[in-house]
Amino acid sequence: MTPIRIQNLTKNYAGKPAVAGVSFEVQAGETYALLGPNGAGKTTTIEILEGYRRRDGGEVSVLGADPGVQGNGLRERIGIVLQTTALEPELTVEETVTNFRSFYPNPHSVGEVLELVDLGFASATRVKALSGGQQRRLEIGLGLIGNPDLVFLDEPTTGLDPDARRNIWNLVLELNAMGKTILLSSHYMDEVEALAHRLAVLVDGKIKAEGSPQSLRDQHGAYTEVRFYLGERPLPESFPPALRKIIHTERGWVIFEVPNPTPFLADLTNWSFKEQFELPHLSVTQPSLEEIYLNPTRGRRGAARNSKQAEI
Amino acid sequence: MLLLRQTQHQLTLFLRRPAAVFFVVAMPLIMFLVFVILFGNELIPETEITTAQFYAPALAVFGAVMACYTYLAISTATSRDQGVLKRIRGTPLKPAIYIWARILAVTVIAIAAALLVMVVGNLFFGVAFYPEKLPMALISLFLGCLSFAGLGMMVCAFCQTSDTVQAVTSATVLPLAFLSDVFIRPFRDVPVWVTWIADTFPLKHFSLAFGHAFRSDMGGSGFVWAGGEETYTALPRLAIMLAWGVAGAFIAAKLFKWDPKGEI
Repeated sequence: MTPIRIQNLTKNYAGKPAVAGVSFEVQAGETYALLGPNGAGKTTTIEILEGYRRRDGGEVSVLGADPGVQGNGLRERIGIVLQTTALEPELTVEETVTNFRSFYPNPHSVGEVLELVDLGFASATRVKALSGGQQRRLEIGLGLIGNPDLVFLDEPTTGLDPDARRNIWNLVLELNAMGKTILLSSHYMDEVEALAHRLAVLVDGKIKAEGSPQSLRDQHGAYTEVRFYLGERPLPESFPPALRKIIHTERGWVIFEVPNPTPFLADLTNWSFKEQFELPHLSVTQPSLEEIYLNPTRGRRGAARNSKQAEI
Repeated sequence: MLLLRQTQHQLTLFLRRPAAVFFVVAMPLIMFLVFVILFGNELIPETEITTAQFYAPALAVFGAVMACYTYLAISTATSRDQGVLKRIRGTPLKPAIYIWARILAVTVIAIAAALLVMVVGNLFFGVAFYPEKLPMALISLFLGCLSFAGLGMMVCAFCQTSDTVQAVTSATVLPLAFLSDVFIRPFRDVPVWVTWIADTFPLKHFSLAFGHAFRSDMGGSGFVWAGGEETYTALPRLAIMLAWGVAGAFIAAKLFKWDPKGEI
């Protein structure tokens, strides 16, 4: 059975579409990521799957059930980590986990879970005394205590320092090795690349691209950015007209996006050498997926790029 | 079992909030001591009861209201602010069990706070108990707890944040406590509008349904619907108080949200 199947999901807030026709499937044992900026519809999609929100349209199935209808039977089999921390600061770590454990029919033991999230040393510590990363690990522990088949992790590392992020990454990899199916949301491409088998890039409530991190790179990262800095100076008259046509400028930077950098660089450096014109801060970079999809200005330029490419 | 476990959970949380323990359990006792010392523990003019005999049940009721109304509303709103309520709704725990556990917990706290004042009054200030009226006193206390819990949940449902709940509970309880035979000893020539207001709201009915059980000058066991000034008549008072409580609970059930920004 496919743990998550979504077809043409739509959801509006006050008439504005938050999710506008999203479809994807998550296979058993897979870590699937929703990547996108704030307001892209990640949390709305996840909260519909968790049963927190009702959908306006489309088909949704979670572990074979409709989360909009199904109640406790489904909740026993899913684990939830919300986007914002939701803990009782007065309790100890152990009390918190023990309390959640009592809600489930076939839970893990408290000791097992605390060991897994590496909080065994803090079992008698009050929640308010934990660091942000430790609180996040505790919440992941609460998501696991019921021995779920499917775990939702809504931005599990947002706001954490790099060390705490790494710890959470290792934990997510461990969960996946235990055979849990995971739906993850994130702002960060590096996180998705480290954790997810497949991902969907969500922008403005729509899936812009879907696939494995590598395949998305191959499909959409197939151009190179060349840039140098001019400042206030104009480009010399002698600058090759063919190159001039594909220029994009941004705060003194002259930027080119080219599918095949080798002949382009040959032309550019040839001109520069001949004219004795220095190219300050010349750089050649492969944009990350993040830049391609998540940077709105880049999105616009990316769209314009398609028409310019023909001219090279 | 789950209900008892959750009740215990809520009691643990309460005991770890020193400010809450102070306001709910210690404050009524301190006010009792202050009033008795301030006025002197003598007969209240034109009555046959002492200052302590009046203030012990009155402040026992005040403690019960602090627990079941004020603390229940504020602590539930705080849990909602913290996202704890939303998180609970993502587990298989039945929502009704969770809410009833909170109500049971504050009822236990209320009874403890009330007992503390009564027992101190009895041991140190000669507050008398009348066995034939005690059953109705206990029933009044218990029903008062449930009624004010219903109203507490209503306030929590009306307000978005715990800050607002705090303001609303204080703004409702404190003025009413002055008009409802809780903070002020009965005196002659009360303006008629004060009586009207106090008779409309449930606090006076709670304080008298319980308080009259500790009056030597009132007869009967309280289980009557009507009687003169010399009779302990709790039933009409309980009816009015319960009507408020049931209405509050009904509105709360309709309006209450586990996640103010969401759909549940």
